[in-house]
Amino acid sequence: MITLLYFARLRESFGLSSEQANLPADVADVRSLTEWLRQRGGAWQEELAQDSPVRVAVNQDMADPDTTVHDGDEVAFFPPVTGG
Amino acid sequence: MTVRIQTEDFDLGAEILHLRRGNTGIGAVASFVGLVRDLNHGTTITEMTLEHYPGMTEKALAEIVEEAKRRWNIIDALVIHRIGPLKPTDQIVLVAVSGAHRGDAFAACEFIMDYLKTRAPFWKKEQTEAGAHWVDARESDETAAQRWIAPST
Repeated sequence: MITLLYFARLRESFGLSSEQANLPADVADVRSLTEWLRQRGGAWQEELAQDSPVRVAVNQDMADPDTTVHDGDEVAFFPPVTGG
Repeated sequence: MTVRIQTEDFDLGAEILHLRRGNTGIGAVASFVGLVRDLNHGTTITEMTLEHYPGMTEKALAEIVEEAKRRWNIIDALVIHRIGPLKPTDQIVLVAVSGAHRGDAFAACEFIMDYLKTRAPFWKKEQTEAGAHWVDARESDETAAQRWIAPST
């Protein structure tokens, strides 16, 4: 079980700010996790499209597609940041 | 080193006084205050809402401040970032850096601000007369942050 968090435009597009998910055995990194979520279709497919600039953090550190995801992790998806 | 995320406004004078109080080694304080403008790409903004990622935002800011401390000879630093609804002319962000001399204080202050804009998880949603929209990241902010990447040796 992992915790998924969505922020800003993604949270609004998905209509969801967080969820718990049991990952299939073949989902082991950010790349495969994103692909798994994309398969939900609709807004998921659009927002997480391969050319989208979505950022991912694993356990509150910026991640890349190769970052591994383990049971108990907190994985966040969000648009490029716009603070300051 | 202090990082604060808050909905309340801040008082620059009071914050700087607190930052330098009692330290006779401080010869310089450099500060930056970011404000909400009423125009972005020619559209009038009536209100803006700042969202953050509780936990990661504080952690990212603390790491940026630590990196500044490694790179420059500074004594202390303060970052305050507001969240929630803000109006044009409101203060959004404060970065203040104290040091023995101005050069390191100026550089560290600008570095912290450039990294905050591109690496700390905050998102702005603007309310305009035409409706609300999430602000897109600017290329120029990433370019500003890239200046600080140390050349590889």
